[in-house]
Amino acid sequence: MTCVHLLLTLVFAVSLGTPVEIQGPRGVPLTSIQFYVENKPFTCLDGSRTIPFDRVNDDYCDCKDGSDEPGTAACPNGSFHCTNAGYRTMFIPSSRINDGICDCCDTTDEYNSGAKCENTCKELGRKEREVLQKMTEITKEGFLLKQHLIEEAKKGHQEKQIKVTDMQENKKQLDEKVEVLRTVKETAEQPEKEAKERHLKAWEGECSCLYSESKQGYISLSPHRWLVQLPSEAFYRYVTEKYSCTSYVSSSCSLFPYANPTVLWFTAAQKARDDFEEAEKALREMDDQIRNIEKELSFDFGPDAEFTYLYSQCYELTTGEYIYRLCPFNRVSQKPKYGGSETNLGTWGSWSGPENNKYLLMKYEHGTGCWQGPNRSTTVKLTCGKETVVTSTSEPSRCEYLMEFTTPAVCQEPANTDLSPHDHVEL
Amino acid sequence: LGSQCDSHKMGLLSVVCVSLFFSSTFAVDRGNFKTCDQSAFCKRQRALKPGQSPYRALLETLELSDSRLTLQLINDNNKVHLLLELYRLQGNMTRVKINELKPLKPRFEVPDVLIAEPPTEPLSVLSKDDNGVVLSLGVKNQRLIVSARPFRLDIMQGPEVLLSLNSRGLLAFEHLRLHKDTTETKNKDGESDKEEVGLWEETFKSHTDTKPNGPTSISLDFSLPGVEHVYGIPEHADDLKLKTTDGGDPYRLYNLDVFQYELYNPMALYGSIPVMLAHNTQRTMGIFWLNAAETWVDISSNTTGKVRGSSENPQTDVRWISESGIIDVFIMLGPKPSDVFSQYASLTGTQSFPPLASLGYHQCRWNYNDQEDVKSVDQGFDQHDIPYDFIWLDIEHADGKRYFTWDPHKFPQPKEMLQGLMDKKRKMVAIVDPHIRVDSGYKIHNEITSKDFYVKNKDGRNYEGWCWPGNSGYPDFTKPEMRAWWASMFAYDQYEGSMENLFTWNDMNEPSVFNGPEVTMHKDALHGKWEHRDIHNIYGLYVQMATAEGQTRRSGGVERPFVLTRAFFAGSQRYGAVWTGDNAAEWDHLKISIPMCLSLGLVGVSFCGADVGGFFKNPSTELLVRWYQTGAYQPFFRAHAHLDTTRREPWLFGPENTALIREVIRQRYALLPYWYQLLYQAHKTGMPVMRPLWVDYPKDTATFTIDDEFLIGRDLLVHPVTEEGSRGVTAYLPGAGEVWYDVHTFQKHNGAQNLYIPVTLSSIPVFQRGGSIIPRKDRVRRSSTCMENDPYTLYVALSPKKFAEGELYIDDGHSFNYDTKKEFIHRSLTFANNALTSNNLCPNCNFLTSSWIEKVLILGASKPSKVLLKMDGKETPVDFEFDTSMSVLTLRKPGMNAGADWTLLLQ
Repeated sequence: MTCVHLLLTLVFAVSLGTPVEIQGPRGVPLTSIQFYVENKPFTCLDGSRTIPFDRVNDDYCDCKDGSDEPGTAACPNGSFHCTNAGYRTMFIPSSRINDGICDCCDTTDEYNSGAKCENTCKELGRKEREVLQKMTEITKEGFLLKQHLIEEAKKGHQEKQIKVTDMQENKKQLDEKVEVLRTVKETAEQPEKEAKERHLKAWEGECSCLYSESKQGYISLSPHRWLVQLPSEAFYRYVTEKYSCTSYVSSSCSLFPYANPTVLWFTAAQKARDDFEEAEKALREMDDQIRNIEKELSFDFGPDAEFTYLYSQCYELTTGEYIYRLCPFNRVSQKPKYGGSETNLGTWGSWSGPENNKYLLMKYEHGTGCWQGPNRSTTVKLTCGKETVVTSTSEPSRCEYLMEFTTPAVCQEPANTDLSPHDHVEL
Repeated sequence: LGSQCDSHKMGLLSVVCVSLFFSSTFAVDRGNFKTCDQSAFCKRQRALKPGQSPYRALLETLELSDSRLTLQLINDNNKVHLLLELYRLQGNMTRVKINELKPLKPRFEVPDVLIAEPPTEPLSVLSKDDNGVVLSLGVKNQRLIVSARPFRLDIMQGPEVLLSLNSRGLLAFEHLRLHKDTTETKNKDGESDKEEVGLWEETFKSHTDTKPNGPTSISLDFSLPGVEHVYGIPEHADDLKLKTTDGGDPYRLYNLDVFQYELYNPMALYGSIPVMLAHNTQRTMGIFWLNAAETWVDISSNTTGKVRGSSENPQTDVRWISESGIIDVFIMLGPKPSDVFSQYASLTGTQSFPPLASLGYHQCRWNYNDQEDVKSVDQGFDQHDIPYDFIWLDIEHADGKRYFTWDPHKFPQPKEMLQGLMDKKRKMVAIVDPHIRVDSGYKIHNEITSKDFYVKNKDGRNYEGWCWPGNSGYPDFTKPEMRAWWASMFAYDQYEGSMENLFTWNDMNEPSVFNGPEVTMHKDALHGKWEHRDIHNIYGLYVQMATAEGQTRRSGGVERPFVLTRAFFAGSQRYGAVWTGDNAAEWDHLKISIPMCLSLGLVGVSFCGADVGGFFKNPSTELLVRWYQTGAYQPFFRAHAHLDTTRREPWLFGPENTALIREVIRQRYALLPYWYQLLYQAHKTGMPVMRPLWVDYPKDTATFTIDDEFLIGRDLLVHPVTEEGSRGVTAYLPGAGEVWYDVHTFQKHNGAQNLYIPVTLSSIPVFQRGGSIIPRKDRVRRSSTCMENDPYTLYVALSPKKFAEGELYIDDGHSFNYDTKKEFIHRSLTFANNALTSNNLCPNCNFLTSSWIEKVLILGASKPSKVLLKMDGKETPVDFEFDTSMSVLTLRKPGMNAGADWTLLLQ
C-alpha cells in the first residue's frame, strides 16, 4: 500500500467515523509511519545507523534512540504509541509493553503478556467527553462570571479612585478647618489660662500656707482640701505669721469657686477645644480610609483585577477535625471543630504560580511556628469554577498546607471546540 | 522512627518528652545513656586489672566423654567452684562454657539463637600432667592447652598460639549469693562494713534498678597474637576496623533507641551482635559471645600508635563483660574469611532469602498521610518513569497507634489501596511495633491481657511504659505461646485490611520505652522467671521472629516473608532485613552507612541498609542524589524521612536531579539478578553480600582498614561519593595481576593500585572484576515483578588470562518452592578458551523460565571472525559487533533460554 493510498484510506475511514486500523509496525504513530517501510532498510530516527527491516520490532534494541523497537520493550528509552480509538492517543514508555499491566485503553500494549485487558477506550472517551463538556460549561460560565467580575472590579476600582480623589479633596478642606479651629482654640484658651492663674494665686494666698505645711499636720483629702489633723493655737500662729495668711481654715480648705467672668472664659475655651478635636478626629478617620483604599488599590488582583472580589472575604471548609478558613490576600487559619484556639497557617505573601501564569497559586507564609519545625505556610491552588469555594485542604509536608480553591477568576476563555470523537483520532 | 518527641503527636507525652529529649541542637543527649562508669557492673569489672588470675583448674575433676570435656575451676579468693565445659564443634570451632558449678538458682542461658545443638567432634587427650592437659582438636596439629594454675586456655596450631583465654587473668564470675551473705562475708573477712555501691541496687537518673539477684556479672579476656585488625560487634556508628578502647569507654552492646545518634563513638545503638572477627594475612578467626545481657567489649593493642616494623609481635587483647547469664563462647578458627562466615552460619543460621521484590527500591516517609497521598506518590513514580516496589506506612496509618488497625479517616479502604498497588505489581509495608496501647477497646490489648502475655514489672503486675500510643504494654515475646499468638494475628482474617502484598516493619523493638531507664525497659521487669536484664538484647529478635512467622503462616507456609527490624541480635539474620535506624541528612551519616552495613554483613546480617536521604533534617539536593547513588548499591534500599522534613520524593528537585535519581534506581533494577543471586548465596553459605575488600583479598594489608568503598559479592567494587562538592575520589582497586572494568565506560584498570577517578554528579565509581560474569536485566520496568519474564544480558568481564565465571539463579521470586520443591534454576557460566558455557549446577532442580539471553557483552575481548551458538547438538551463527576502542564484543540476540545448556564459541 503506498503512502498516498494509505492516507486516502484513512481519511475515508475517518470521514465515516469508523475506528482506524493502523498499518505498519506495532507501536508507531501515524506521523512516523513513513519511516518504516516494509522490506526496506530502516534508518534509526536519530540517523545513527541503518538496519535491515526485519530487525524492526524483533525484540532486540539496535538503535540508540530506541526507534527500531516501537512495539517491544527491548529498548530502554523507547516509546510505544497506542491509538486508543475512541479516546485519546497516547505514548507510553516501551517498558510498559507486555508488563502485565493494562496501560493503553485499546489493550494494544499487552499483546503477549497474558494480561486480560479490556478495551475501555469508548467508555473512557465518553467519560472524558462528559468531563470535558462539563468543564467546558463550567469554563464558559466561569469565564462569563469572570467578565462580570472584571467589570465589577473595574467599576469598583474607578469608584474607589474617584472616592480617593474626592476624599483627598475633602481632606484638604478638613486640613484647613483643623488649622482654623486650632487657632480659635488657642485664642480662646489664652483668657482661660490667665483667669485660672489669677484664681489660683488668690487661693494660694489663703490656703497654700496650710498646703505647704501639710507635712506637719495636714492630710490631703483632695488637691484642694486639707484636713487639719493636729490643730493647735501655737501652730496656727506660727503658720499665720510665717506666711502672712489673712485667715486660716480651721478644719479644711478648698479651692473656692471661680467667679463668673472666669467661668465664661472656661466655657468658651472648652467649646473651641471640642470643635478642634472633633475636626482632628474626622481628619484622622479620613486618612485611615484613604490609606485603606490605597492599600486595596495597590494589591495585585490579577491582570484584569479579576481577583478583586476576593478581597476582605473569607471562605471556610470543614473537614473531619478542623475548620479551615481562607481570607484571600489576608490569611489562612485552622480551628479545631470541637473547641480550641485558632492556628495561623500563614498570612498573605505573594502569587507564586509558574512563570507563565503566576495567578494559579497563592502563597501564605509566616504562620504559627511548628514545634521544633518551620513556621506554618499554605499554598492555595486556584482552579476554574463557577463558585468560589475551598474544595480541599491537605498537609503534604508537616506544617506546609495545600488548599484547593475554585473561582471563576481563573477561568480561561474556552477554546471554540466542537467535541466529536473524531477529534481524538490522530491524523 | 525513634524516641523523637513532638507535641503534635504525643499530647500527654510532651511532658515526658521535654524532660527527656528537649534539645535544640542536633546531637544525642549523652546524659540519657550510661557510660561504663555509670553502669555498676561495668565499673566493677573494669576496675579489675590484668594480672594473676585467682582461678585454678582442678585437673582431678576432668571428665572426658566423646564430645565434651568438663573440668572444675576454683576461685582461690572465695572458693567458689565453676564448671568449665569444652566442646570441639564440627567445622573447626571450639565452644567454651563456664557456669557456676552449683548456682543458687539457674543462670540464664540464651535460647533460640543457635539453630540446633551444634554437632560435636571427638576430643582426645594428647597429654596430661599436674600443670595441665593438652587436647587434640583434630585438625592440622591444632591443640587446645588447658593450664591449671592459673587457669588459662590456649589454642595452638603447630608452634603458633592462635588465641588464648584468661591469659590476662580477667576471668571474673560473680556467683549468685544471698543479700545477707555479702555483708556477712565482708564482715568476716574484716573488710569495710560499707557495702559496695550498685551490688543490690543501682540508680541512674530517676530510675532505680532493684537487683534481687545481686551482682551476677561475668567477664573473660581473649588474646590474639599476631592480630592487629578486629571487626564486628555491631551496632555502633563507627569505623569498620574496631578501635582500641583504652582511655575511653568500651564498645557497648545494649539495644537502645538513641535519639539523634552521634557518629564515631562506641555508644550502644539499636541492635547487638556479640561477634568479633580477628584478621591478619594468615588467618581469620571469630569470637561469638553468646550472652543477651548488657555487654561491654574492651579492646587493646600493643601496636596502637606505634610505628610499624617494631620487633614486638603485634597482639590484640579483648575483654568481654556481661551483666548476667553465663560464659558461652564459640571460637571460630577460620582460617579463611569464608570459613568463619560458614562457621558462624552453622551456629546461628544464614540470612533469610528475601522475596526478590524486597531487593528493589522502597519509598518510605513518616508519614504518607492518607490513601489519596499513597495513590498520588504511586502515580508520581509512573509519571516520572522511576521504578519502585514498596511504599511504606509509618505509625500514623494506624488508628490511634493501635497496630494492626487503620485510621478510619485517612485509610478507610486499605484493601482498595492495596489492590491498587497490586494492579501495578507493587507492594506495601505497614508498621507494627511491639508496644501495645493499653486500651480496653483494643482487641490486641484485650487478648494479650486475657492470655496474660504482657511482660511483668518486678511486682508481678503488667509492665507499662510510655511509647507512641501513650501508656503501653509490652508483649512478652520470649514466650513461645505469645509468639505463636502474635503470628496468628497476621492471618488475613485477623489483620483486617491486609492482603498478600502487605508486609511488615518492626520498629521500636529494643524495646523503646520513652519513660524507662535509658529509654528502654527496666532491667528488673520480668519475663516469666527471667529478668529483663537477662534477655534484653534478644527481645527485638523475638519480635521480628514472631512477625516473620506470622507472615509465613498466613500463606500456609508458601510465601516468603519480608520484615524489617531496627533491633537485632545474633540470629536476627534469619528473619529479614535490618536498617541502621534514625540517621540524619548529613554527609557523615551517608559515609557511616558503609561501615555500619559492612560490620553487620561480617556477622551474618547481609540484608542491611540506611535511610536514604537521612531520617532527620532536610538533605541538600546534592546529598540526596549522592545518597541514592550509594543506597542503590547497598542491600536494603529504602528512602525514609522524618515527619518534620519537607517532601523529598525523587521528582521534587528539578528535572536534572530527577533524571539522576531515576538513572541510579534503574541501575539497581538492572542488577537485580545479581543481587538476588548474592542473597541466595548468603542464604546458602553465610557469605556477606556487601563486603569489605579484605574478605576477598585477605592477604592484601592495604584493604584491611578500607571502609569508604566495598564489594558487592566478589565481582562489583563500589566507591560511593560521600563528600560535598567532590570532583573525584581515589579508589583502591585490589588484586595484583587483576583488572577491573568501569561499569559505566567499560574502561579497564589494573588491580593493586590507588586510582583517582574524576566524578560528576551523574554517577559514582563502580567496577566489575575482570574474571567475572554478571547477569543483568537491562529492560527496567516499573517494578521488579514486571520484569519477571524479561531476558538477560550477560556482562562477561575477562581476566588478563581471558577467563571469566559467574552464576545465574532464577526462581519464582517469592515462594518457598525453591526450598520445598527445588523449583529453581542455578547455572554456572564460564568463559574459557574462547567459549562461554552455561552448565547446570542443580540437575535435579526443576523450574521453567521464559527468560532468555538477549545479549552477551564481553569486556576485554578480541575480535572474533565468527561466533557460533552450540545448543541441542546444533550450531548456529550469532551476529556480533566489536568496539575496538574499548575492546567490547557484543553478541546480538543469541536467544537461548536462560535455563538451557549452551555454549557460545568465539572463533
